[in-house]
Amino acid sequence: MSTTVMTKVRTPVRPARVLLHLFLAGAALAWLAPLLWAMYSAMRPYAETSEKGYVSWPDKLSFDNFTDAFTQSDMGHYFVNTMIIAVPAVLVTLFLSSMVAFYVSRFDFRLNLALLLVFTAGNLLPQQVIITPLYRLYLLVDLPGITMSGKLYDSALGLVLIHVAFQSGFCAFVLANYMRSLPHELTEAALVDGASVWRMYWQIVLPLCRPAMAALGTLLSIWIYNDFFWALVLISTGENMPITSALNNLTGAYFTDPNLVAAGALLTAIPTLIVYFVLQRQFVSGLTLGANKG
Amino acid sequence: MSSETTTKIPEAAAVPPPGTATAKRRIPKGHQRLLTRRDRITLGLMAGVPTILHVALVWVTALASIALAFTTWDGIGFDSIQWVGLQNFKELFEQNPQFWPALQHNVIWFVVLIAIPTPLGLFLAVQLDKKIRFSRVYQTAFFLPVVLSMAVIGFVWQLVYNPDTGLINSVIGANEPGKYIDWIGDPDLNLWAILIAASWRHTGYMMILYLAGLKGVDPSLREASSLDGANEWQTFKNVIFPTLRPTNTVVLVVTIIEALRAFDLVFVFNKGAEGTELLSILVTNNIIGESSRIGYGSAIAVVLLLISLVVIIPYLVSTFRKERRA
Repeated sequence: MSTTVMTKVRTPVRPARVLLHLFLAGAALAWLAPLLWAMYSAMRPYAETSEKGYVSWPDKLSFDNFTDAFTQSDMGHYFVNTMIIAVPAVLVTLFLSSMVAFYVSRFDFRLNLALLLVFTAGNLLPQQVIITPLYRLYLLVDLPGITMSGKLYDSALGLVLIHVAFQSGFCAFVLANYMRSLPHELTEAALVDGASVWRMYWQIVLPLCRPAMAALGTLLSIWIYNDFFWALVLISTGENMPITSALNNLTGAYFTDPNLVAAGALLTAIPTLIVYFVLQRQFVSGLTLGANKG
Repeated sequence: MSSETTTKIPEAAAVPPPGTATAKRRIPKGHQRLLTRRDRITLGLMAGVPTILHVALVWVTALASIALAFTTWDGIGFDSIQWVGLQNFKELFEQNPQFWPALQHNVIWFVVLIAIPTPLGLFLAVQLDKKIRFSRVYQTAFFLPVVLSMAVIGFVWQLVYNPDTGLINSVIGANEPGKYIDWIGDPDLNLWAILIAASWRHTGYMMILYLAGLKGVDPSLREASSLDGANEWQTFKNVIFPTLRPTNTVVLVVTIIEALRAFDLVFVFNKGAEGTELLSILVTNNIIGESSRIGYGSAIAVVLLLISLVVIIPYLVSTFRKERRA
């Protein structure tokens, strides 16, 4: 931070600065408006809004819609479904992509550029490019006794696999860049001392990658929690759905009560918001890690 | 060192690949010999398992999409697969009333995202980069939509656009008969309504990318520029913006990919009904819709794949070239 910038903060109030603040505050409010509107709708009873219209002063504000949406739609159950998918998917993605990154960043085999290219390009493809054959493949794979459905289709395992396969591209790319910036002497010394490759990865390189892993872990958690498409196509039984696609079904059932839908949508968003506010720094650095290196 | 057993591990490791004799440090040749056979197998597994999973589920399926696009198949048993050549594509281009609108909407999606939220995100980033007070609060407000699930965004904006109970119509009184505006159902309006929601989210994303780019700008450049008597706009135009080139490349690629991937928001909003068709919606409708035509759905996916690769390949090639030079 150069000192000139720091002293700027101390300058007396300037009209341009006031204008800028007015603009930013107005824009920020406008940005929050849809969410505030959803919140306002969700806190009002349906009977009142249908009688007085939606743009009206409230007689009664309460969290009843939230508790109703949560209990009536069995939201807790879907939330558990999401956890069953997201937790293993995040952990396995980090584990596998860090191994690939270790390989391409520490061992100069001829393959490594091609490998990284394949991974990164795979992550950039639109999901719909692969969905038709993937859907058929999931229907073909029989896993009697392993999944509830007896197939890869309509199972948490199937969703975990596609999340891992799809997301490991981005993570391998970011982690490889990160590992390249670690000094080579670290592992070279270990190699001379006769440490095994696994030990180098597990005890030397991986602990040094903690910041990058934390950032990616945050990002992955939010992405996988927010996933709607994979679950929509690859899960058919309502019982097995993660929370975002379950929400889609709920709105069909409660189509007549927008207030309840608003509450349901906001409840779904709460975990992501908590993760974001607690791990804001990690989330943002994860997003920008992939975008600009160094 | 005995010869290789079964795992195909590139033994050529000891020989540096040609053309990489750059400044990058490599493990000296001698060290390669320190790898025991067990190490080599470990390495093979470490790289192999994730690669097999990724390639099998992402690349093999992408290739299968291409292959299936030239066939008809009912999905029951492999012997019912029939080669039909270009028939699926012919039908798609000539007879499907949704295909050209969908392609057009994907293009509009990209044009709108790059024309409105991207410059807005850049503008916000430049302002918030000035270390002004409350910067964090503003940033959080603009960035909040990026954290939310696209599905949730779809529901939230439904509450805004709902013709009977929504915010807009309630405020302007357009929910009365005779003055009725159907933001969700009217094919002339609904795409633009959704694009406002998409832009709402995209702005924050762009702002974050540009903020990261601006952090990398050398402060001495600004000082030199202001010493030369350049005003804020001149400094930005002639000094700051040119240094943001790498960020602009990323922004462009991200925006194109977002425009090709757009799906969740539209699906939740109105299932991709008339006026909001997108290629991704057509592909998906072919699976979860009434008629599941595998070959035909794959043909739409191939169009999507080709457009994506036109963007992805040049971007990655240039990125990796830089990597090699670094």
